Amino acid sequence: MSNRVYITGVGIISAIGNNVSENLSALETGRAGMGEMNYLQSIHREKIPVAEVKLDNEMLAVASGLPAHFTRTALLSAIAAQEAFSNASIPGFTKLRSGFISANTVGGMDKTENFFSDFLSKPAKGKLRNVVHHECGAATEIVASLLGIKHHIATISTACSSSANAIFYGARLINQGMLDVVIAGGTDALTKFTLNGFNTLMILDNRYCQPFDENRRGLNLGEGAGYIVMVSEKVAQTLPSIPVCTLSGYCNANDAYHQTASSPDGTGSYLAMKGALEKSGIRAEEIDYINLHGTGTQNNDIAEGTAIKLLFEGHYPPMSSTKSFTGHTLGASGGVEAVYSVLSIQHGLIYPNLRFETQMKELPFTPVTTFKKNEAVQNVLSNSFGFGGNCSSLLFSKV
Amino acid sequence: MYLRAAATISPKGSFEQVLATTASVPGIRLACAEPDYSKLIDTRMIRRMSRIVKMGVAAALQCLNEAGEMMPDAIIAGTAYGCLGDTEVFLQKMVENNEQLLTPTAFIQSTHNTVAAQIALLLKCHNYNNTFVQGGFSFENAMTDALSLLKEGQVKTVLTGGIDEITDTSHAILKRFGLYKREPFTTDNIFQSRTRGTIAGEGATFFVLQSGVSGNDYAQLMEMETFYKPASLVEIEQHISAFLKRQNINRSDIDLIISGENGDMKNDEVYEKLYQSVFTGIAHTTFKHLCGEYPTATAFALWLAANILKSGKLPVGLLLKKKPSTVLVYNHYQFTYHSLYLLKAC
Repeated sequence: MSNRVYITGVGIISAIGNNVSENLSALETGRAGMGEMNYLQSIHREKIPVAEVKLDNEMLAVASGLPAHFTRTALLSAIAAQEAFSNASIPGFTKLRSGFISANTVGGMDKTENFFSDFLSKPAKGKLRNVVHHECGAATEIVASLLGIKHHIATISTACSSSANAIFYGARLINQGMLDVVIAGGTDALTKFTLNGFNTLMILDNRYCQPFDENRRGLNLGEGAGYIVMVSEKVAQTLPSIPVCTLSGYCNANDAYHQTASSPDGTGSYLAMKGALEKSGIRAEEIDYINLHGTGTQNNDIAEGTAIKLLFEGHYPPMSSTKSFTGHTLGASGGVEAVYSVLSIQHGLIYPNLRFETQMKELPFTPVTTFKKNEAVQNVLSNSFGFGGNCSSLLFSKV
Repeated sequence: MYLRAAATISPKGSFEQVLATTASVPGIRLACAEPDYSKLIDTRMIRRMSRIVKMGVAAALQCLNEAGEMMPDAIIAGTAYGCLGDTEVFLQKMVENNEQLLTPTAFIQSTHNTVAAQIALLLKCHNYNNTFVQGGFSFENAMTDALSLLKEGQVKTVLTGGIDEITDTSHAILKRFGLYKREPFTTDNIFQSRTRGTIAGEGATFFVLQSGVSGNDYAQLMEMETFYKPASLVEIEQHISAFLKRQNINRSDIDLIISGENGDMKNDEVYEKLYQSVFTGIAHTTFKHLCGEYPTATAFALWLAANILKSGKLPVGLLLKKKPSTVLVYNHYQFTYHSLYLLKAC
């Protein structure tokens, strides 16, 4: 029996669609999810575009089966995780040892920030039900119970690389025989807290972002959730057909340079990508597509680009940042982009990097700008880098 | 797996002070006795760090110093609440200034991975770095990750820990949830108070875990186990019995149980019943009168177990027939998160 970890299901909700097929259709037609704030209440509404999921909490509640007063973080998570779960349709699931491993960066902050304004006026004020799910782990508990998962639950919070770490922690537990099936990924809702936080760092684009462009101005914040279902070889054998995609490599490294900025030479990004390749035994020239971290900030794109230049010298694979569609979904981004990577392998797709105009002068390559179908996609590398120097790369391969 | 080093910043000071402590507590909020950070961290760095970051980084550095290992193969933190102080500062300013005139410092340090990231930054450590935030399993998740990495074999030394702080705000909010005792109460022995509510605690505890024996280890960690939301006391007993069976351990082999009673009568009832069933006849001691109740308190319990096994010394009032060589830690956090750690003397 091999130690392969197979991917049997995916689920997603993002600014470009409430499920997998809506996301695929938006990726194909080049329809980005950014726009003026519609659900988030902020004084920056007219100045800063965001990529919101196009449903209010009442509608999310209906779609998720949860009460509407729950945090948006939990509602988004529930929708994507349930889609992944039903997409996987694993026979005899209740008899298997299962895990739900999720990720997010601000937990129930979307509710806490409203609670806090009342609380500040008087400590006895503010509805407790708006702060009861504040902790990052709360959304995971809620969704795990929806899915009927008890054997292992975990939440990871390593800023923008959170979900990537959740996915490979899950893969490792399957690999070591501790679990048979894991639903892993992440979720994050837009909040005033993050919007204002990123705004003070002056890395938000007041137009639609242009990742890996010489004239990039910053990132657009997004929201959403993305999960993949991973199973052991033994479970894969019980499925009607053996899944086509595996998680073949992964690596977590730290840039150890600055709390929020990446090192100019992209040390952390380089180590993460290199480590994932080494783990899988796949050579750089065998990579068919890189789903970039590609936030659109000056700092990330040059650091990530420099690391790619070093690692892929002479044979640059097609690459793009799907954040040009979804915005930066922070703790969810590794999950959202893992879903796109798996779909890329399953359907032979390469996604465009929207709004790309001018090649970065430091880099000898440019991102893909058109949607490509029927490509021979064997290996996809997905990058997720974050504050605190936390850098992780995942490698997906066709069986 | 071996506990090569262990360090804590807790409401009590050193292990010696812990040994001398009776069951009495000063009130419903136990704050950490913070050390002189300048002995451990560069003073220019200290100024920029929030309280939780200082506590976490200091405990981690103390632990690494003790192990003589300044470049761990992995750094893994567990924290349920994250960096509350900076989160509140940013939230408060955002509300009061109506989203205007904000500065990034508090936001930057508010992310849950700040402690693990600051340790990496100080050590210039590019290795594996992770942070778990699963309520009462935050530390257990970190330990599971650490043990799994060591089992995989490429990693030999892991720094792992649990960190959580109380702030005035979090204390006020958690108090409204009815978590803590309504004062006044008898502080002499919270375990005999027979009332609802516990006392708030906090701490930063780190360990250096190694797959190989060093000859100077605190203890050997035989195995750990977690179980989530057991439906009944019977299910709890089944989990514990199965765990001990897998380890080939009989009740009589366990010299001491360190268990998580917190003074809340409902909470403590679970332990009382276990001491009448699966734990019958085993000597036991509590730890939450020392560190208070918080989601990552088991890190402190593990530190206590490791120190007892290394030194052979016991907390005041605890008498055993022999020097303890096998210690079991059992805790449940709000009936939801249950954990077991089995340790042996080296």
